[in-house]
Amino acid sequence: MGLRLNLVLGGTLCLIVIVAAVLAPWLTPLSPVMDADLMNAELPPSAEFWFGTDAQGRDVFTRILYGARVSLTVGIGSQLINTTIGLILGISAGYFGGWWDDLVNGLTNLMLSVPSLIFALAIMAVLGPGLSSLLIALGLTNWSWTCRIARSSTLSLKSQSYVQAAKTLGYSDFRIMLTQILPNIVGPVLVIATLGMGDAILAEAALSFLGLGIQPPQPSWGNMLTDARELIAIAPWVAIFPGLAIFMTVLGLNLFGDGLRDWLDPHMRTRPV
Amino acid sequence: MSGAFTMDNRAGPLLRVENLSVHFPVRTGLLGRSRRLVRALNNVDLTLEKGECLSVVGESGCGKSTLAFSIVGLQTPTSGSIHFEGRAITGKAQPSRIERARMAQIVFQDPYASLNPRQTVLTSLAAPLRLQGIVNNGEVEGRVMEMMRLVGLSPDKAKCFPHEFSGGQRQRIGIARALILSPKVVVLDEPVSALDVSIRAQIINLLLDLKERLELSYIMISHDLSVVEHMSNRVAVMYFGQVVEEGRWDRIFGNPAHPYTRRLIAAIPDPFAAFTTPSLIDEAGAQGPPHGFDYHPREFGTHDIYSDPPASQLVSIGDDHRVRLVPAAA
Repeated sequence: MGLRLNLVLGGTLCLIVIVAAVLAPWLTPLSPVMDADLMNAELPPSAEFWFGTDAQGRDVFTRILYGARVSLTVGIGSQLINTTIGLILGISAGYFGGWWDDLVNGLTNLMLSVPSLIFALAIMAVLGPGLSSLLIALGLTNWSWTCRIARSSTLSLKSQSYVQAAKTLGYSDFRIMLTQILPNIVGPVLVIATLGMGDAILAEAALSFLGLGIQPPQPSWGNMLTDARELIAIAPWVAIFPGLAIFMTVLGLNLFGDGLRDWLDPHMRTRPV
Repeated sequence: MSGAFTMDNRAGPLLRVENLSVHFPVRTGLLGRSRRLVRALNNVDLTLEKGECLSVVGESGCGKSTLAFSIVGLQTPTSGSIHFEGRAITGKAQPSRIERARMAQIVFQDPYASLNPRQTVLTSLAAPLRLQGIVNNGEVEGRVMEMMRLVGLSPDKAKCFPHEFSGGQRQRIGIARALILSPKVVVLDEPVSALDVSIRAQIINLLLDLKERLELSYIMISHDLSVVEHMSNRVAVMYFGQVVEEGRWDRIFGNPAHPYTRRLIAAIPDPFAAFTTPSLIDEAGAQGPPHGFDYHPREFGTHDIYSDPPASQLVSIGDDHRVRLVPAAA
C-alpha cells in the first residue's frame, strides 16, 4: 500500500540518520576533529576513506556521522520548541478569539513577513554561535505555520457538536483544548513539524555555512559545505557527501511525515493500538 | 409575576424560560463599521413541567436552536432568565459548568459531528463521570456499561471508535452521553432528522422509553411535525424569534389558531389523501398579513430580523392554549 511505502521509506532514511548519529563512535575508528592528516588530504573515495578526505585530510565519512548528531539535535530540538509555541498560541487564539486572537494573528503575520532565516541570523548574532543558540534561534522563528494550522483547525473544530457537547458535560476550556481539539489537529501539525524539521536542518546548514552555527573544527553538514566551497572543482566528494546527507535526511523526514499523517488517521485503522 | 416560582421550588415548573432574548451583533458595511443586532430570540417565555416533552417547532432560522443552546448553557442570553427548579441558571448566579452538566444535557442532530472521532465510546462516556468526582474505575466502567445497555448498545463495543458504528448506533451513543450524568432535562435538537427513515422510529421509541424509565423531561427542537405529534405533550410554535402559539399538543394540532401554525400543519404530508388542497396557504397568500397577527408569509417578503418585532402578547384562547396577537389599537 502506498501509505505504508512512504512510512517505511521515510522511516528507513530517518533511522539511518539516527543510527549514524547515535553509533558514530562505534561506526568509525577515527575522530572527526583530531585525525587530521595533511599527507592524506583531498583523497577520493576509497576502501579506506569511503567518502574521501577533506583539505585537512580528515575522513569525510567520520565527519558526516558526527555531523548527523548536530543535524538531529537541531532538527528535533528546534521543532519541539516551534511546535509547542505554535500549538499553544494557535489553539488558544482559535478557541478564545477576541483580542487574544487578534494579538496572536498580528504576531503570526509579523513572523511570516520577516524571512525566518534572517530573523534566526539576527538572534544568532545576539546570542553568538553554538548549538544552544542555534536551537533557540531556529526554535523561535518557525512556529508561524504550526500556529496558523492550529488556529484554523481549532476554529472549525470548536463549532463541532462534540466540542459543544464537552462544554455541556462540564469540561473546562483547558480540558476541551487538550482532549477534544488537540488530538484532532495532531495530523496536520505533525506533518508541519516533520517538514519543519527538514527546514531546520537546512537552516542549520545555512547558518553554519555562513559561519554562525557550529564552529569548526566541530563538524556539521553546513560547515563541511563551507570548507568544500574552494574544493568543489578538485575534490567534489567533499561537497557531494554532506549535500547528499542533508538531502536524504530532509527527504526521509518529508516522506515519514506524510506516511505518519496517513497512519494516524483514525479512519485508516479500526482498533486502538 | 415570577416571584412565587423562585421562592417555592416544589410548586414551580422544572424549567422556566422567562423573557429570554438573544441578540447577535453583526458587522455590516465595507469596513465592518456599522453594527446591527440580529434578534434571534425575542422575549421568549416557556415552561417545562416534570416528565413532559415540550416540542419547539418552526422553520430554520426561527431561533429554536438558539433557545436550545441557551438552555444548556452554550449561548449566553442577552436578557431574560432561565430557572431550573426555581434556581436561576443564567446571569450572575449561574452555576459552574460541572454543576450545570447535571441539570440539562443536549442530544445533537448530526450523529457524525457529535462524537469525537479520536475517543472511544468508553472514554467519551467515562470522562464526564470522572469530572463529577467519580474516580473509582470499577464504578465508572459499571455505569458506562449500564448506560450502553440502556440505550441498546452492546457493552463489548465500549472500546470502539465512533467510525465503527452506524448512524443510528452513533445517535444512541449521543443519547448515552447526554444521559450519563443523569440530567433532569434533556434537550433534543432534531434528534432524528439526520437519520435514515428506517431507524427513526427506533430512536423515537428509545427516547420515549428512556423518558419513562429515567423520569426525564424533554425539550425537543424539530421541524418534523409528524415526530412532534408522536412524542410531545406540549408544543410551542416559534416564528422569527417569538413563540407565536403554545399549548397542549392536541389543541395545537386539532385547533391551530395562528396562521403560521396552520400553515405548518397544512404542510404535513398526508399519506391517506390523494390530493391535498393547499387552501390555508392560498388564503394567507392572497390577502396579506391576517388581521391581528404579526405574520408575513414569504410572498410579502421576510421579517426584518434587525428590528424589534411589533408589540404583541400571548393571549389565552382556551385551556392550555395561547396565541400571540398584535393589539388592534397598536
